[in-house]
Amino acid sequence: MLYALCFLLFMTGLYCAVVKKNMVKIVIGILVMEYAVNLFLIMLGYRTNGIAPIVGRSDLEAGEISELFISSTVDPLPQALVLTAIVISLGSLALMISICIRTYEKYGTFDITQIRRLKG
Amino acid sequence: MNVPLPVFVVLPLIAAFLLPLLGKKYKTAATVLANVVTILLLLLAIGSIGQSRVYEVGKWPIPLGINMVLDGLSALLLLAIGVVSTAAMLFSVRYMEQYTAKAKFLCLFLLMVAGMNGVVLSGDIFNLFVFLEIASIASYALVGFGCEHEELEASFKYMVLGSIASMFVLFAVALVYGNTGTLNMAYISEAIEVSGLNIGLGFALALFIAGFSLKAALVPFHAWLPDAHPSAPAPISAMLSGVLIKALGVYALCRIVFNMFGVSIQLGWLLVTLGILSMIVGAFLAIGQWDFKRLLAYSSISQIGYVVLGIGLGAVILAGDGEVATASLAILGGLFHLLNHAVYKSLLFLTSGSVQMSTGTREMREMGGLADKMPVTRTTCTIASASIAGVPPFSGFWSKLILVIAAVQAGFYWIAAVIVFVSLCTLIMYLKVQRYVFLGELGENLGEVKENKGSMQIAMVSLACLCVLMGLLLFVPGLRENILEPAVKVLTDGLEYSSIVMK
Repeated sequence: MLYALCFLLFMTGLYCAVVKKNMVKIVIGILVMEYAVNLFLIMLGYRTNGIAPIVGRSDLEAGEISELFISSTVDPLPQALVLTAIVISLGSLALMISICIRTYEKYGTFDITQIRRLKG
Repeated sequence: MNVPLPVFVVLPLIAAFLLPLLGKKYKTAATVLANVVTILLLLLAIGSIGQSRVYEVGKWPIPLGINMVLDGLSALLLLAIGVVSTAAMLFSVRYMEQYTAKAKFLCLFLLMVAGMNGVVLSGDIFNLFVFLEIASIASYALVGFGCEHEELEASFKYMVLGSIASMFVLFAVALVYGNTGTLNMAYISEAIEVSGLNIGLGFALALFIAGFSLKAALVPFHAWLPDAHPSAPAPISAMLSGVLIKALGVYALCRIVFNMFGVSIQLGWLLVTLGILSMIVGAFLAIGQWDFKRLLAYSSISQIGYVVLGIGLGAVILAGDGEVATASLAILGGLFHLLNHAVYKSLLFLTSGSVQMSTGTREMREMGGLADKMPVTRTTCTIASASIAGVPPFSGFWSKLILVIAAVQAGFYWIAAVIVFVSLCTLIMYLKVQRYVFLGELGENLGEVKENKGSMQIAMVSLACLCVLMGLLLFVPGLRENILEPAVKVLTDGLEYSSIVMK
């Protein structure tokens, strides 16, 4: 159910990026897609009533990791992936917005139907 | 030479961070540094031919840490990236004097090279995505480097489609992780072999194919390429058409289809269809163009079609229990064409840049009669045109010949016919280039045109020599066995990949 909602969010972003005519709205659509994928990654590792994946002192002293720990921690790997993905999307967002601003300076509009010198 | 594999990524990254610090004051130093780095990378790539190694980043054992894998296919792509980036960098020494902020250009250039090297070496699917984004973001910025009307528009278009493609890939990576529980390509392929293709993995495969086809600009995903490639400065057009669409698109597609998911007949036919569509549509659209660089860009779509066709044909034969020798031949044709295309298309873009720098226009109707004014550019452009059209002694002929032989051996006569037909269309479009740019009467306002000297000439002439000599790769025994055969073997062995990494 949650996965379906997440997929819906992804499709909403894709629709926005493909259909909208305003450059800034297209950028927002792409960002919504990115958030949907990030949310999906987080949900992959999520566990209801899970604990933080940090090995405790008692486990270290026992020399092995307890069954309880393995069966109740959330998966930390997707969280690391999401952090990386967020940093990347920040970089591409900054570039996208700066291209939008420069285009606005040149053309005086954000409407992509009026920004079309390239054809063929 | 046994350098650690991360050097291929770290070296250009460090140089890219140093270059903006050198800035305007020490522009010559920055240029020299960037050139030294690309030449070093080329030498390292030549040194890594014929090797097969796995490197564990940070000494973490394989399923836990990130790994980098060098095998035949990676080495082939590294070589292509090395050759094209060295030539383009040499060319831009003089060409980029027209622009301000040369140091920033060099920085972005090296970031792109680092990203591409990372993509072809990575053995970890999420890491591949990260490097893909590094190379893509640098290329978005480089396409819009001139900051004029058309360049910004093209850059935005490229960026939107490129970002959507990246999101598809990231989504697919998440799906694969959810279904197999690992990000290492070798372990993923093993898990898929055991579990078979369920709905989630099938959807991930579809997303991968859509995402990487967008990056490779296969028809029907090609809309951004004819705008983006001509708008970039000439050395960058050469890099984009020469290696970027191959490293990010075709290479990643091959890795995913052959080494992770395993080939099937349907997948093979999908690749063949994409390839044939790209070949025909690209060629037809190219013939009608009057903008020099735009024509070259459409022709890139057409030529990428050949590569994907060869690889797809190999997949069809492999999955259909055909002769492995025929499948190898088809894949060999595809990969050899990839290498050839990297050389001659980058040469063509460099000559177009040289013409544009001298005449100040890309419109072919305003040119003409440049043969006497620019002899070196003319000669190199003719060699590259003959090569791309498949005139016998030059490199393009051999790769197309192999593709035709493979298609006939496999019994697909109509595919052989399509290959020959598109080759004819290619010949027509390059005759048009020769006729309108270099022959005929001297265009108006072109009396003062001069040939470009120095580094630009060296870059063009050395690529032209390669164009002539590439045929040797097939006939000199040592070269073929060391460069092409291992790359073909990686693909025909398919799922063996995982056992090589995990041994």
